[in-house]
Amino acid sequence: MNTAAPGLVAPPRVPGDLAMWFFILAELAVFGIFFAVYGVARQRDAALFAAGQAQLLLWPALINTLLLIAGSATVAAAVRAFAANLVAAGRRYLLATLLLGGGFVLLKGWEFAGKFAAGITLSSSDFWMFYLSLTFFHFLHVILGLVIVAAVYLNARRGAYDAANHDGVETAAAYWHMVDLVWVVLFALVYVAH
Amino acid sequence: MTSSAMATARSASVSAAANDPLTNVQLKYRSQAVAKPYFVAAIGLFVGQIVFGLIMGLQYVIGDFLFPAIPFNVARMVHTNLLIVWLLFGFMGAGYFLIPEESERELHSPKLALITFWVFLVAGALTIVGYLAVPYATLAKITGNDLLPTMGREFLEQPTITKIGIVLVALSFLFNLSMTVLKGRKTSISMVMMLGLWGLAIFFLFSFYNPDNLVLDKYFWWWVVHLWVEGVWELIMGAMLAFVLVKVTGIDREIIEKWLYVIIAMTLISGIIGTGHHYFWIGAPAYWQVWGSVFSALEPIPFFMMTLFAFNVVNKRRREHPNKAAVLWALGTGVMAFLGAGVWGFLHTLAPVNYLTHGTQITASHGHMAFYGAYAMVVMTMISYAMPLMRGREANSNAAQVVEMWSFWLMTVAMVFITLFLTAAGILQVWMQRMGDTPLSFMATQDKIAFFYWLRELSGVVFFIGLLLYIVSFFVRGNERASA
Repeated sequence: MNTAAPGLVAPPRVPGDLAMWFFILAELAVFGIFFAVYGVARQRDAALFAAGQAQLLLWPALINTLLLIAGSATVAAAVRAFAANLVAAGRRYLLATLLLGGGFVLLKGWEFAGKFAAGITLSSSDFWMFYLSLTFFHFLHVILGLVIVAAVYLNARRGAYDAANHDGVETAAAYWHMVDLVWVVLFALVYVAH
Repeated sequence: MTSSAMATARSASVSAAANDPLTNVQLKYRSQAVAKPYFVAAIGLFVGQIVFGLIMGLQYVIGDFLFPAIPFNVARMVHTNLLIVWLLFGFMGAGYFLIPEESERELHSPKLALITFWVFLVAGALTIVGYLAVPYATLAKITGNDLLPTMGREFLEQPTITKIGIVLVALSFLFNLSMTVLKGRKTSISMVMMLGLWGLAIFFLFSFYNPDNLVLDKYFWWWVVHLWVEGVWELIMGAMLAFVLVKVTGIDREIIEKWLYVIIAMTLISGIIGTGHHYFWIGAPAYWQVWGSVFSALEPIPFFMMTLFAFNVVNKRRREHPNKAAVLWALGTGVMAFLGAGVWGFLHTLAPVNYLTHGTQITASHGHMAFYGAYAMVVMTMISYAMPLMRGREANSNAAQVVEMWSFWLMTVAMVFITLFLTAAGILQVWMQRMGDTPLSFMATQDKIAFFYWLRELSGVVFFIGLLLYIVSFFVRGNERASA
């Protein structure tokens, strides 16, 4: 934190790469519009959506929420570790994020497999269309997030980051937080809200 | 001596040898000069496009004008096909100019580029003559369409043999440029340009598949048309705009490249799944109404970013380039592309709206401003920047630039009015023909909105005057050299 004398304010700085923030903004816009359309469709056919939601299992989604939030915690810890020049700890936190995210992918994959086995498709009903669209679209983002964190992890293993230079870690963390944030909204909207 | 004075002295001293690429000191690489015939052909075909636009505009209100010599459907085909062909000439010219400079080496084979030019021009001209000389069905028969049927789809009406010609021309063009890039410096601008051009060629291949199933047929058709104009062409446009802006503003490449990457990411995120906004009523599954609406609603974003990008880098420019006209075209492209492609596209992209507006004059209004604002204008930006250099001067004389800027404003304002009149016609058309308790027939509606078609035709005439003035600007000499 900059605690310089009054009048010597540090220039505003965005953590990580500015381009990533544009990207995050765009991603949030897509999800935001999708959520809004979901809300409208749900209001127009509340019974159908309630019936569909009743068929969703809450506990895997809850575990997935915890996995992603834990992943956000570890990736934030990684940024702090690199900032403090604790590069070995930073690497371990990145690895933990990968494992937590991997857990999400497995559990979610299992959930999708169950739905597909039950014959559910995008054309089954409006509810299932939204359920599959939203969760699968988010699922792809988790995978992209994992790819980004993995790339940063590999860089970190080569010793690319330290206290002076860890923009890459911040960039990856920002993206991961976005993926997490969207899931929390999605979880509340699709799984919990009745 | 200041740099601008040097430039003035230099351009004065070389004016005699202006048109000789061998002694042209303005070109970094001599082979860039092969772009010139491409640009000249592009402008010539542009004139043809507008002439047929005016003919067709008149046929909207005087139905039998020039009938049976030029029926409406033929005029329309010539109008749209000429547009695509002149833009392709423009993109190719831009590629031949931009890639050597970015790659910091001569073009792999200037001779091949010239051969390709003549093949493309002759094939294009023969196709247009074919459209005008014989009925379309006869043309299909003469050119052996039954061997590999590809004809009859909007914008892709070219005889199969022409399509094969286009593929060969595109392959030679891509080979030439790719070899240049591979052996030279690789920049983000050249990479994005090449990605766009390769995408253009690859997606064109879908035009050879003509399935009997009409739903499939529409899918493949849109994979050419949509993935061109709302996908890979945007990459070409972004690269061309970035190239000119680097040159005229002197802004660091690093900044421009970052913008370019973000614009491209947004283009692809919104544009690829955004194709779904064409699937609403073609027999595709219903979920496309949501997917298509949501993703295409974001398609204005990359265009808006191009506007921000253009104004941002021009405001922060590090040099005063004497070619003011090119800067004006670049800024104009940013604004008009956003309005035409972004705003007018968004107007009717949501499924519930499109349910009413599909295939009305609303679509035509969007088509006009989007094609002009995004693609016609970016090609003219490139021509405006490159043509003086190819003619041996850093910029045209002030007098010539004044004429060029007049043509910019005439064409651009006329296009704004064409768009507004067509939008008005479209709103009335939707209202009278598709809403209310006693909807009118298509033709009865057309009669009622004829007033707006007259106004559109008038704006078209102004546009044509602007275009003629644009051509005149190439011949205005002026003693006074433009300076920064």
